[in-house]
Amino acid sequence: MFFFENRQVVTPGDLLAEGDYVAGNNTYKDESRIYASRLGLVEYGEKVVQVVALNTFYIPSVGDQVIGKIEDVNINGWVVNINSPYKAALRASEALNKPFRQQKDDLTRFLDVGDLIFAKIISFDRTIDPVLTIKEPGLGKITQGQIVKVSPAKIPRIIGRKASMINMLKKETECKITVGQNGIILISGPSPEHERLAIMAIEKIAQEAHTSGLTDRITEMIRKEKGEKK
Amino acid sequence: MINENGLRVDGRKPNELRLIKMEVGVLSNADGSAYIEQGKNKILAAVYGPREVHPRHLALPDRALLRCRYHMAPFSVEERKSPAPSRREIELSKVIKEALEPAIFLEKFPRTSIDIFIEVLQADGGTRCAGTTVAALALADAGVPMRDLVVACAAGKVDGVIVLDLNDIEDKEGEADVPVAYMPNLGLISLLQMDGSLTIEEFNQSLNLAMDGCKQIYKFQKEALKARYVTIKEEVEECLR
Amino acid sequence: MSSIMVSRIRQKQIAQMVASGKRLDGRGLKDYRPIKVETGIIEKAEGSSRVLLGKTEVVVGVKVEIGDPFLDRPNEGVFTVNSEFVPLASPEFEAGPPSEESIELARVVDRGIRESKAIDLEKLCIIPGKKVYVIFIDIYVLNHDGNLIDASSLAALAALLNTKIPVYVVEENEVKKTNDYIPLPIKNLPVSVTLANISDKLVVDPWLEEEEAMSARLTITFDKDNKISAIQKGGTGALKPQQIMEAAHIAKEKAEELRKMVVKT
Repeated sequence: MFFFENRQVVTPGDLLAEGDYVAGNNTYKDESRIYASRLGLVEYGEKVVQVVALNTFYIPSVGDQVIGKIEDVNINGWVVNINSPYKAALRASEALNKPFRQQKDDLTRFLDVGDLIFAKIISFDRTIDPVLTIKEPGLGKITQGQIVKVSPAKIPRIIGRKASMINMLKKETECKITVGQNGIILISGPSPEHERLAIMAIEKIAQEAHTSGLTDRITEMIRKEKGEKK
Repeated sequence: MINENGLRVDGRKPNELRLIKMEVGVLSNADGSAYIEQGKNKILAAVYGPREVHPRHLALPDRALLRCRYHMAPFSVEERKSPAPSRREIELSKVIKEALEPAIFLEKFPRTSIDIFIEVLQADGGTRCAGTTVAALALADAGVPMRDLVVACAAGKVDGVIVLDLNDIEDKEGEADVPVAYMPNLGLISLLQMDGSLTIEEFNQSLNLAMDGCKQIYKFQKEALKARYVTIKEEVEECLR
Repeated sequence: MSSIMVSRIRQKQIAQMVASGKRLDGRGLKDYRPIKVETGIIEKAEGSSRVLLGKTEVVVGVKVEIGDPFLDRPNEGVFTVNSEFVPLASPEFEAGPPSEESIELARVVDRGIRESKAIDLEKLCIIPGKKVYVIFIDIYVLNHDGNLIDASSLAALAALLNTKIPVYVVEENEVKKTNDYIPLPIKNLPVSVTLANISDKLVVDPWLEEEEAMSARLTITFDKDNKISAIQKGGTGALKPQQIMEAAHIAKEKAEELRKMVVKT
């Protein structure tokens, strides 16, 4: 039994459903009852009951690609802020292509405090802070572009169903867009104007993530903006 | 304190709340924030976290550390209050923290801290309750997963009558004050204090009246949270026009 | 009040025992540990007591001085309650500024005394608006084995009943101490009873390990006329409304029993 209409706003503690359902994102189950644990829109699937949250924070998950900032350099690696309650570690061995010599190599020559990286999470659990790697194609130090920060809750919307939204954004704005699951997005385009347009679009998506017809509206907005520029 | 028509010093009926206004998302730096006005009470709450614990040795291996600071601004009361935390503020910080704690899934975020800051800008009786109500909103706004909202309200005895939501004079001059925090969907009480003099029966009435008050305030809380969506929706419709 | 790390298995044992209506130390759910009350143990204090509640040990000293009344109560004496968790009482207690637990303890004891009007403050005025008796009630926790609130409130009451205040005379607007002493005027007898919620059952007088296993505690202070003067919920859990009323009825009965122990001494 459902107690709300699909896509209605719910608040923590609201009884969403009772019966043989699976408690999805941002819900919890007590016996056969499913309650909301975050403010958001309830979505009733065939089996799963979930809440699309208005706001969340990033909890690392193995395999996620994230954008982080170097916060500290220590004897055999770096401490990375990945916009999460947990600081990540990047060991020298997960960054350098040659064996790391602790005595000789100056790690700050590769990455220094303040540098941005695009990295992948290779381990994380309750007891150990997340560990990163940048030794895979496409990962590494970020050398150009602009950064936008959104709530990690909005990332699925920015990517869109089957990547429809992000592909449209890339095509329409002519920018390269790298999405970190942690809510940090890198945009690099042919000119600052192109980048500005992409940032504007992303902020609008984040702001209106819960509304329908969003892809069309964003496309229209970008085209209108581009038209005015010409 | 109660006139011949059974009305209170501010004209309310015994079971009537003061005017309440709430707003969510009022501070841009905080991860979550909210503001409440209840009568002349004006209270802000902000939530930071889950985040790294400072100092680090306070971190708990199996859950998040919940910290709460209830603080009154020096100008919040008639006579200037010293900004240093008083013993009263330290005690209230503790009971408010314990009122919110059962509602939060702390076990999901080991080794982090969730910090709640409650600033009373103007006090007019019942600040611990209004502070708890507004802190719960700030937690929900921050996206901290919760079992339920927490909503608080006091009842008490003034001039021999059991009344709801005591203001400052009623609190000071009345016979008893019973602040209660309630988790409305779970039906559980997470803050309960009392001072004054009540029989068991009077206490029972006060407890039930306070819970009624909580249920009414809960509706305002939900509206305030939902308003986060409504404002965005209005902006969207504006654009489409 | 986390004082020792009780293992998960122990917490489970405690919870299971309570669920079946028993306790690890053999007590029934509504039984206090053995209580011993002594008074007059500190000669230099105007009043004093020592309470043993099982292994929990608390000393209360009362000191009496002359001071200024509060501006809004010119005809009344003044009292304050303070508590110290001295480091010798538990491996968890540290020297330094008072913890929030210690402040809460003092304030709950204070509220019971104040709200029941246990001390007849109007009789403690020497020169209205100028000189009044000031009563300092200091709670000293010497061994922490749980339920500090009940041990402390009982000790505070015993010490107050034991307190003798010096008689002062006013000569030409000067306050002079005489060699006479009279008992501190006491009007009411507040007694607090603390219950813990373990496995959704109420347990009276939790000891330290039960405090670790409880989800919440509730302290209810009754005065001599069976009226409630103070309530304090503590702990990180929550309680059902029915549980609270059940606790009130148990506490009323227990408070009467405890009061007899103090008044007798």
